[in-house]
Amino acid sequence: MATTVVGQETHAAGAAYGEKTGLWSWLTTVDHKRIGILYGTTAFCFFLLGGLEALLIRFQLVKANNTLVSPDFYNQLFTMHGTTMIFLAIMPLSAMFFNFMIPLMIGARDVAFPRLNAFSYWVFLLGGLFLNVSFLFGAAPNQGWFGYANLTSRQYSPGPNVDFWLMGLQILGVASLAAAVNFFVTIMNLRAPGMKLMRMPMFCWMSFITQVLLLLAFPVITVALIMLMFDRFFGTHFFVPSGGGDPILWQHLFWIFGHPEVYILIMPAFGIISEILPVFSRKPLFGYAAMVFSGVFIAFIGFGVWSHHMFSTGMGPIADTFFALATMLIAIPTGVKIFNWIGTIWGGSIQYKTPMYFALAFIAMFIMGGLSGVMHAVAPHDLQQTDTYFVVAHFHYVMFGGSIFALTAGAYYWWPKMFGRMLDERLGKIHFWLMFIGFNVTFFPMHFLGLLGQPRRTYTYQAGLGFDWLNQLETVGAVILFFAFLTFLINVIKTWRRPATAPADPWNGATLEWSLPSPPQEWNFAEVPVVHSRDPLWERKRERGGPLPEPLRVSGQGIHLPAPSFWPAVAAVGVMGLFLGIMLSPKVGPWAIFVGVSVLFFGVFNWIFEPSYTSIPGVGGRPRAGHH
Amino acid sequence: MSDHAHALETSTGLDSRKLAIWTFIGSECMFFASLISTYVVYRNKSLVGPFPHEAWVSPAGQHFEPIIEIPLVTAGTAVLLFSSFFVVLALYGAQRGNRKMMIGWLGATILCGFFFIGMQVYEFTHFVHKGLTLQTNLFGASFFTLTGFHGTHVTIGVIWLITMFILALRGQLPPENSINLEMAALYWHFVDVVWVVIFPVVYLMK
Ligand code: HEM
Ligand SMILES: [Cu+2]
Repeated sequence: MATTVVGQETHAAGAAYGEKTGLWSWLTTVDHKRIGILYGTTAFCFFLLGGLEALLIRFQLVKANNTLVSPDFYNQLFTMHGTTMIFLAIMPLSAMFFNFMIPLMIGARDVAFPRLNAFSYWVFLLGGLFLNVSFLFGAAPNQGWFGYANLTSRQYSPGPNVDFWLMGLQILGVASLAAAVNFFVTIMNLRAPGMKLMRMPMFCWMSFITQVLLLLAFPVITVALIMLMFDRFFGTHFFVPSGGGDPILWQHLFWIFGHPEVYILIMPAFGIISEILPVFSRKPLFGYAAMVFSGVFIAFIGFGVWSHHMFSTGMGPIADTFFALATMLIAIPTGVKIFNWIGTIWGGSIQYKTPMYFALAFIAMFIMGGLSGVMHAVAPHDLQQTDTYFVVAHFHYVMFGGSIFALTAGAYYWWPKMFGRMLDERLGKIHFWLMFIGFNVTFFPMHFLGLLGQPRRTYTYQAGLGFDWLNQLETVGAVILFFAFLTFLINVIKTWRRPATAPADPWNGATLEWSLPSPPQEWNFAEVPVVHSRDPLWERKRERGGPLPEPLRVSGQGIHLPAPSFWPAVAAVGVMGLFLGIMLSPKVGPWAIFVGVSVLFFGVFNWIFEPSYTSIPGVGGRPRAGHH
Repeated sequence: MSDHAHALETSTGLDSRKLAIWTFIGSECMFFASLISTYVVYRNKSLVGPFPHEAWVSPAGQHFEPIIEIPLVTAGTAVLLFSSFFVVLALYGAQRGNRKMMIGWLGATILCGFFFIGMQVYEFTHFVHKGLTLQTNLFGASFFTLTGFHGTHVTIGVIWLITMFILALRGQLPPENSINLEMAALYWHFVDVVWVVIFPVVYLMK
């Protein structure tokens, strides 16, 4: 893994190569760090859009018999809100950290397939836009984010709404699959010398498990969507009872994907928290091996419990019992994780910085979401709670209280590394308290509303059912949440104006990314590091008896880097054309498909046959393994 | 292809691209597992005929003739299996710098692929003529979906192999680049193995 080493020069020499700006450089970038930033910005925009949809939902429900939005638009709102938050916000926000941090944490110069990486991003962007342009046609998906048959059949959903959802999800599936292959190989193959699997940072471990889940879960929904597509376009009867088809098959396939999907959303959060807690407690992670194995175990059982989403379909006592027990089993490894986190903080000298605030809140909120999850696992309980606001409360405690809190913690933690600027602590704390209070005010009352019987996905309610004041309270909470994210935006804008002078290692970190300048140079490591322990940076500091010197920026002479390329973006446009074509009328559709496939092949061929490296002017170096 | 295709050091010692193909194949297993399960669940659930047993064999007294000749599909299966062997020989040639051997066996593999696709096109049109389409019933829908998507995979495999063939003709597949062919071969083997599962499930299961 040796790479030619590099003179200890200052910025200037590398700058000519490294710091490109302008739209074209972003369109053609194959640098994992810039792609990470692209993922992050895009996903944050979608997150704001999803938040806006949520606010509209909350304003519609602020009083009984309200008619702020039309019933049909309300359906579009909650469907797009759910779809957006899951596929266009949380998953790509995690992908931002996969992209930016994993190569740095494992001591690699880039991901295994930089251009495939760019391709996944462009496909994701186009898929997200595809889903959302439907609003412009007044035909946004309106069937709920899990698209239950028979509601999605032509008979009951004649318009193009469901088609947008169907094709959008297929496009996003292509992006996820490409990214999952890439990160699986990156983590397996590009670790620095000495970084054995059991020395990997926990974030990399949890991300690795996420990739495996993605690889195994997404094909299942792909097949389900294909069959739905055939039902809608070609008149098959996979899910149409009048032709013998079985709507329950949709639910099985959907949830065989859907349950692992919730772990795809939460695993990266586990990883982020396991990075932050040790650093701000000044103690190594408690029970590293138990953390790894509980993660693997959760993922493994996660594939066997999908039918706990289907108790109310009447599967019968044997199936109900099996899935109830299997589901409760997951509580064990989850509990192991929670106790390990608490063990990590226990007796540590805790530093109450913003990332730590969010991390601690994550633990509390995630425990609450987990506990109401165990309640659902009790089938008779579930029969009462399902399709009420109790479920809505549960999954928001897990997805928002869990994933979003952890991702925010990660944003504050890694911001200096990504942008060379510290976020403002005071605004960060304000952000935290607004978000923490707003979150609980919004979602805690949903438990009671659910128990009182307010159905989920409900357009409005009658006065005098006791729903009114709780709904009003929730809307107040949602407004507080709005101000929380506004605070974050203000923080970003305010600190953006400052010069990028963040130190390389502001938190006294334990992992390799903190050994690099902030932001890192395009080639990450001038010299590939050698790893001897789980906390390589702490180890180095111990040996030196104190903090490390600020790393110098070096010229990067002789380092091979993948060359910029626009073919991945071209190929992504082809993917989009293909799926768009399927949706269009039989007259133009086939042509669009033909053009799409041609563009896809054209892009892929050019990308494969173009030279994949440039080296920084200077002496030739050896390429690093597996860069293609 | 890319300019640095020699075996480079990696953490596992495996070439990243090979690992990527294996990973992708793992994912594809779930894809076909879902399609095959759907077929198994639905094959006899149709509300109207023809049913699978009417499609493959002709029980006396039924007005459905057998609409597919098992021998033809068996031949297609055999050809596909042989092609896996051929591509191994092509790779063997590629790794030893024996260009003639590589090109010859690669050509044979591609021909086998074409034979299989031709067989399937014939089979599908035959079915349609006999009145079994995607829309007819659940059996038709799940049959065409499953075998159709396998056929699509075969087609993509053939396109990939043809690309390799052109590279080989142009002398752009020297032994140190044989990994490129190896990846195509791995995918091709996978497509064959999937058919080895589909064939008995679809054509032999009563
Ligand atoms: C900004 C704060 C948020 C508010 C005020 C909010 C509010 C709501 C409301 C009122 C519903 C409709 C419930 C129903 O009628 O069934 C809903 C549904 C949903 N939300 Fe949120 N939400 C927020 C953030 C999030 C986040 C961050 C996620 C991330 C995963 C998320 C995921 C979902 C999902 C999956 C649904 C289900 C949609 C469906 O029933 O089809 N929400 N949300
Ligand atoms: Cu579940």
